[in-house]
Amino acid sequence: MLTQTLERQTTWLDDRLTLGKGSKKLLNKIFPDHWSFMLGEIALYSFIILVLTGVFLTLYFIPSTAQVVYHGPYKPLDGQRVSEAYASTIDLSFSVRFGLVMRQMHHWAADVFIGAIAVHMCRIFFTGAFRRPRELNWAVGVTLLMLAIVNGFLGYSLPDDLVSGTGLRIAFSILLSVPVVGTYLAFFVFGGNFPGTSIIPRFFILHVLIIPAVIAGLIAAHLGMMVHQKHTQFRGKGATEKNVVGSVAWPTYAFKTLGYFFLTAAVLAGLAGLAQINPIWQYGPFIPYHVSYAVQPDWYMGWLDGALRIFPSWETVAFGHMIPTIFYPAVLFPGITFTVFYAWPFIEDHFTHESRQEHHLLDRPRDRPLRTAIGSGVLAFYFLLFSASATDVLANFFGISLNIVLWSFRILVPTVPIIVGFVAHRICKELQTWEDVGERKRPTIILRSADGSYVGTTADYRPGDEPRELEPEPVPEAVGAHANGASTPELVGAGAGLAAPSQASAVPSGVLQAPRAPRNFDGGGGFLSNLRPRRQRD
Amino acid sequence: MSDTLEERGDGAARQRIDDPHLSLPIENDRRMEAIIAGFLFVGLAAAVVLAVGYSLAWSEIWLGTIFTISLAGFGIGVTAWGKYLMPQGPFEEPREELSSSAEDREVFDATVERGVGIIGRRKLLVRLLGAGSAALGIVLAFPLLRSLGPRPGNSLFTTKWKRGSRLVTADGRVIDASFLETGGVTTVFPEGDAGSAISQTLLIRPGVPGSSIVTKPGRETWGPDGYVAFSKVCTHAGCPVALYMEETQQLLCPCHQSLFDILSGANPVFGPAPRPLPQLPLYIDADGYIRAQAGYDEPIGPGFWYRGND
Repeated sequence: MLTQTLERQTTWLDDRLTLGKGSKKLLNKIFPDHWSFMLGEIALYSFIILVLTGVFLTLYFIPSTAQVVYHGPYKPLDGQRVSEAYASTIDLSFSVRFGLVMRQMHHWAADVFIGAIAVHMCRIFFTGAFRRPRELNWAVGVTLLMLAIVNGFLGYSLPDDLVSGTGLRIAFSILLSVPVVGTYLAFFVFGGNFPGTSIIPRFFILHVLIIPAVIAGLIAAHLGMMVHQKHTQFRGKGATEKNVVGSVAWPTYAFKTLGYFFLTAAVLAGLAGLAQINPIWQYGPFIPYHVSYAVQPDWYMGWLDGALRIFPSWETVAFGHMIPTIFYPAVLFPGITFTVFYAWPFIEDHFTHESRQEHHLLDRPRDRPLRTAIGSGVLAFYFLLFSASATDVLANFFGISLNIVLWSFRILVPTVPIIVGFVAHRICKELQTWEDVGERKRPTIILRSADGSYVGTTADYRPGDEPRELEPEPVPEAVGAHANGASTPELVGAGAGLAAPSQASAVPSGVLQAPRAPRNFDGGGGFLSNLRPRRQRD
Repeated sequence: MSDTLEERGDGAARQRIDDPHLSLPIENDRRMEAIIAGFLFVGLAAAVVLAVGYSLAWSEIWLGTIFTISLAGFGIGVTAWGKYLMPQGPFEEPREELSSSAEDREVFDATVERGVGIIGRRKLLVRLLGAGSAALGIVLAFPLLRSLGPRPGNSLFTTKWKRGSRLVTADGRVIDASFLETGGVTTVFPEGDAGSAISQTLLIRPGVPGSSIVTKPGRETWGPDGYVAFSKVCTHAGCPVALYMEETQQLLCPCHQSLFDILSGANPVFGPAPRPLPQLPLYIDADGYIRAQAGYDEPIGPGFWYRGND
């Protein structure tokens, strides 16, 4: 019954949209399997959750700095003059049922979104997945990272609390520091001198419409290019530069990835329900002459905050003009960072000339010691800057003077990455000398010969311990139902399209269905017994 | 191609039903189906409980937890379904080179050139279109950019402090010479600009009544009756320099930990701040109120391009 209905629907659609032609290729698309390929999916699903929870928040949030007197369930603030933005954020947290869960889920999803992008980018970098033909997609990804950071900052600036207001004051000063146009930039963005009344509504429309729309478009381009160019894969399991080996899109991969969406959402919901984030009622409303102690921005701004803290107080004045000290760590430094990110595929290719051919097989990081060393050093550099954004917390925690902490970071930030790079290079070289890395381990048998010399040989696999990976094969175009262990497997015409009349089988053509495993196992054999040993790796 | 595959005429594969690529990765699929059903049921049941909890206005912690359980039930169930009850392959598909064939490229180039040729023939129109759209773009920049805010003008160089401004607190109370004990600190504003982000100033009383605080040569009269006043806007990134440490007579900015030495004119002694906090010259009038002798003699706050030498 069901299959007939399904077939009627697909036929109806196909008559109008010619689905049959391309869908076979799309449904049979192969996705390589590796845990590290799921990092980008975390980012994608976090973004979807950001949009869903964000829409909920816009129904209650009022982007206005007009002053109101707060009266609501949070008694410590009762009677205090606050902005509408602040009051509405408190209200949607405490007066709207499920509102706090949604708001915290949104904030956690933003932190996870950017974190997943960063880790995904590391995977792409260390495995060389940015090489030809994927330089463009690397650039799209770098843009997504940048926009995600910017939108995160805009988002946590909206509640107009004391922490975010202080962040806005710093942002104003950073815009101000740009040579030549800085004062105009700051005044145009803020609609006048700090604080003004325009910034919350302006950031709101950027945060909820403009930047998310650009991010959504770029994600579509990112995925579209990935589908068109086909995913990269690691060596082994029969993978070559000329094929893609993995799971089939429909239904296996579709179900795995749908489950992964639910799992990502579950983690974010768990954080939202159990882990408090950005409790603005504790920070209080933004008052320009108030500030609180031990204020750290969201994690993805940490590297910039750390750079602001440890950069020396160099301020140059020449010919009646000033280059303020924060221009270097807060404008020039991120500018250089993202320029290098964009340029990296071309920088590397300048030395390796690998763009002469396409690269679809991923590098193991150990096989590219120099790249791995540079990447490790850069990671160490940004991690140290991130840590430097907590100089005050560290000084308090360890009971040492701020002076010592600051100077430690000023020394560690430029030196440790170099050491990390050397160590990473060394480790790569060491790992390269190990043979059969990643292979199933086999015992080495050491024999002493009659003349006293020793010879080591690798033993055969123990019985039942042979590698059982299958050789990859093309997805069969159509498979008949196989029930009750019928002796003659049924074959369905492979050319049957979506609109073709149903075959004798009850399964619609073009849909892959797994035969049920026979249930009478013959002592550890069963249907597994026809698994053949894996082909030797070439 | 293995022996379980047969070649069809057109090269597409037909596959035998006992192909291990289509087999399930587990032996007891009935048991797995029951386990997955259990997880999906948990997801469903938790969704029902969530509805109940919502209508009874349970706490957000409980709602969030139940929501998590529901999502996790579906997540684990669906993932396991894809992993254990569906064929795992491995399958492969060929990967064609991305570059088009030489003929296709030639056609592509020729098509582009054809268009360029047709357009390029009308040189006058091309130039007019180019110049026109450039002009329109520049014109549009005014409503799109110029209207966003006022020009900075003089506003970064001045504050509302002027000669004779009385000092008031954030709620507008006028400050007289007995307002602070020795070692006291408060945030002050010029009368009429209470609460301002730009004019905010720290009034500190490091000295005893009757003493005069001289922070720098030429500022002999700026600190009457044990009082001094400095701009509260940090010269580094503009945060309020809010922490007064009486023992060392220093001010600390909590944002990036710049340290200013009060008695040497709020000179930065540590951290990233490049310049001293501007000092506000004070005097005490006949009625005992503290007033500003003048506004700040330099722009307050962080640096900017037009600040120039001073």
